[in-house]
Amino acid sequence: MNRREFTKAMLACGAAIPFGITRAAGQTRGGTLNTIIQPEPPVLVTALNQQQPTLTLGGKIYEGLLKYGADLKPMPGMAQSWEVSPDGLTYTFKLFPGITFHDGKPMTSEDVVFSCMKLLVETHPRARQNFARVASAEAPDPLTVVFKLKQPFAPFIGCFDCTSAPIVPKHIYEGTDYRKNPDNDKAIGTGPFKLKEWVRGSHVHLVRHDGYYLKDEPYLDEIVYRVIPDAASRALALENGTVQLVQWSDVEFYDVQRFKAQKNLEFTTKGYEYFAPHQWLEMNNRIAPMNDKRFRQAVMHLIDREAFSKRVYFGNAKVATGPISSKTRFYDPNVKRYEFSVDKAKALLDDMGLKAGANGKRAEIKYIVPPYGESYQRAGEFFRQSFARVGIDLVLVGTDMAGWAEKVGNWDYEMTQNLLYQLGDPALGVARTYISSNIKKGILFSNTQGYSNPEVDRLFDEAAITLDEARRQELYSKVQQILVEDVPVAWTLEIEYPIIYDKAFKNIVTTGIGTHETFGSVYKS
Amino acid sequence: MTRLGSAAAIGLQAISRIAQLVAVILVIATFNFVLVRAAPGDPAQVMAGQSGASDPKLLDDLRKEYGLDKPYFVQLVSHLGRVVRLDLGYSYRQRRPVVDLILERLPATLLLTVTAFCLALLIGTALGALAGLAAGSVLDTVFTVLSLVLYATPVFWLGLMLVLVFSVALGWLPPFGYETINVQLSPVAHALDIMKHMIMPVTSLAAIYLAIYARLMRSSIIEVAQQDFIKTARAKGLSGTRIVVGHMLRNALVPVVTVAGMQAGALVGGAVVIETVFAWPGLGRLTFEALLQRDYPVLLGIFLILSIVVIALNLLTDLVYRLIDPRMTTGAA
Repeated sequence: MNRREFTKAMLACGAAIPFGITRAAGQTRGGTLNTIIQPEPPVLVTALNQQQPTLTLGGKIYEGLLKYGADLKPMPGMAQSWEVSPDGLTYTFKLFPGITFHDGKPMTSEDVVFSCMKLLVETHPRARQNFARVASAEAPDPLTVVFKLKQPFAPFIGCFDCTSAPIVPKHIYEGTDYRKNPDNDKAIGTGPFKLKEWVRGSHVHLVRHDGYYLKDEPYLDEIVYRVIPDAASRALALENGTVQLVQWSDVEFYDVQRFKAQKNLEFTTKGYEYFAPHQWLEMNNRIAPMNDKRFRQAVMHLIDREAFSKRVYFGNAKVATGPISSKTRFYDPNVKRYEFSVDKAKALLDDMGLKAGANGKRAEIKYIVPPYGESYQRAGEFFRQSFARVGIDLVLVGTDMAGWAEKVGNWDYEMTQNLLYQLGDPALGVARTYISSNIKKGILFSNTQGYSNPEVDRLFDEAAITLDEARRQELYSKVQQILVEDVPVAWTLEIEYPIIYDKAFKNIVTTGIGTHETFGSVYKS
Repeated sequence: MTRLGSAAAIGLQAISRIAQLVAVILVIATFNFVLVRAAPGDPAQVMAGQSGASDPKLLDDLRKEYGLDKPYFVQLVSHLGRVVRLDLGYSYRQRRPVVDLILERLPATLLLTVTAFCLALLIGTALGALAGLAAGSVLDTVFTVLSLVLYATPVFWLGLMLVLVFSVALGWLPPFGYETINVQLSPVAHALDIMKHMIMPVTSLAAIYLAIYARLMRSSIIEVAQQDFIKTARAKGLSGTRIVVGHMLRNALVPVVTVAGMQAGALVGGAVVIETVFAWPGLGRLTFEALLQRDYPVLLGIFLILSIVVIALNLLTDLVYRLIDPRMTTGAA
């Protein structure tokens, strides 16, 4: 079935129904879902802030033109259909009729053009990079949007979910200072839920948007996001039923196992396919001994990543084989494998001349522990023990979020741990870590380790503008082989965050963005 | 000196005291600014970092918005200018005036900390006094061991254990928060609802204060009991009750008031650990989160208010001393 046939089939059903959504008889209107938001977002407008909690909560309030399934293929969002010209330059979206903002005003193609081309390019770093590729955006009629690109950009169709391109009301934001707009507090979107109350430090209360354009949706009357800052307290809240859903790192990995056994709860690791959180040990390639490829290869051999997954993440992770996650597109498993081998690590270190001194130590390296929860602390301890096996003293250095961001962003570190989302396509979420043009001092989540390889740059550039999928796979396979040989960072795990929820709730996970989704189809049985 | 002249002298003295106070507050405000800014980290970096994506434009925009693009000295002068105008500034991170953020959290904080503090002070001193009066008895030993255990118990652990027992196992008390969300209640029912939510956090917080005051009061009573004026009182034939109430307690309370005065300043700052464990929307959490985010205006605003409260409480403690112990007023006039 091609895209057009798919859309027709959906429309023939009376509504564009995303895959995986239960439409069995018996789904009922009403009910409240209590869940957690942590840390508390500074603002709910996802166009202005893209922290993970902001996206989780804002995903119920703001929508995008498309959604993406677990296979990362596009599905209707506010756009009921779309067409891409054969040259890959023109993208035409047809919107559903009758979409309204929470203030009752209609949402039209003008709002889409304004959001993507004016507001998001100002406030949303990811969207800025994506829409900078657009030569023109037009709204020929209220339900049609046409984007014309300067040159083909293969993953452009993957840039329209509610986290990447949330649509905001033009009538509220046009001509204003977007960040200081007083209506930011009202968080007016088109989503199935609207803001009723936000008691800072306590909870955010969403209620159903009665004018929602999809028939019968939303089913729930309310969603209450509770701010519970302590991880142990969050686990207790799930255990005693105060909340019925936890996501991302709401509960620590060591608590996950016992919740799996709790009979009233459902457990899944689905719903993270778009983000595909990919974790690595980051090494500053500018500093000795990390500037030697052999050292970095030795690090790959040194870490028993199976044990790392089991002991630190309690099995909620899969061993990463290279820069691209197996959960995203263009992953190639046929790359060099670094099995756990202390002897091979030692041989590589000896070969590069990093031999033990009089004190029996080969080197002392400072490792900054990322301040993002207990797992990171445990990971640091695990690495320290791993490195000790070959006489490398890993000195763990603690810091807070601000300190970590400043040190890593400004390349003032030797080793640390990092985790990035793959964002549905290597051109969007992977290339940024390895291409030379993204070595930017002061900028987090850029090529902070300072790896540079002209061939890698060329391959990533070509793959981004190539439309033929087979050719893209070829290019990305090649880039994976080179990177796995060069080891700019030591990939450790594909983290499988859990989603744990009360079995009474259905359709919690319906797309590749999981609990960031709108929840219009979620119902309580 | 004429009456007019005397009034003018008092006026001048008052003006001089106020000027002194303003100077102290400005020095503290400067010190706070330097201290907060000395910590490594940049709020724009933190915010960009948490968004999982960043570029130079985002950082520039955020720094401009936060006023961090201006020279350090200009930022300091503008901060002091705001302090003089009693303007606490604006949190660009939370996109709200700092005074609103503080006022919104203050009631919950004061309710928690003041209740815990008063309970601890009353019960702690009473228990301490009883133990002290019965020094060496079984009662004293029980009190001493109990207060030692309470003093040594980590407050977060006690909080979590209370939740486990009274919420998870027995289901008697709400585990978190300040009030039941999403229900319409009459004012009386609402007050009762808040009280129900307060029981566990107040108990956890009061436990440690209670232990401190009980131990302090006990040793203070024992010390006072050995003073000569107590012996004199006994020799004069005063009744036991009169000696205890009129002489021992008043004197033994002095060190307790000193410690209470010092701790009272912290009440406004909230109780970070308890607020975190019980998801209590207080000022302690706001401060801690602002610190992590390097939300300078919020931090400086809270620090300023705390400084003023501490100064005021120091004055109040002096007054209370004089009420308890008239000797302290000697020569003061």
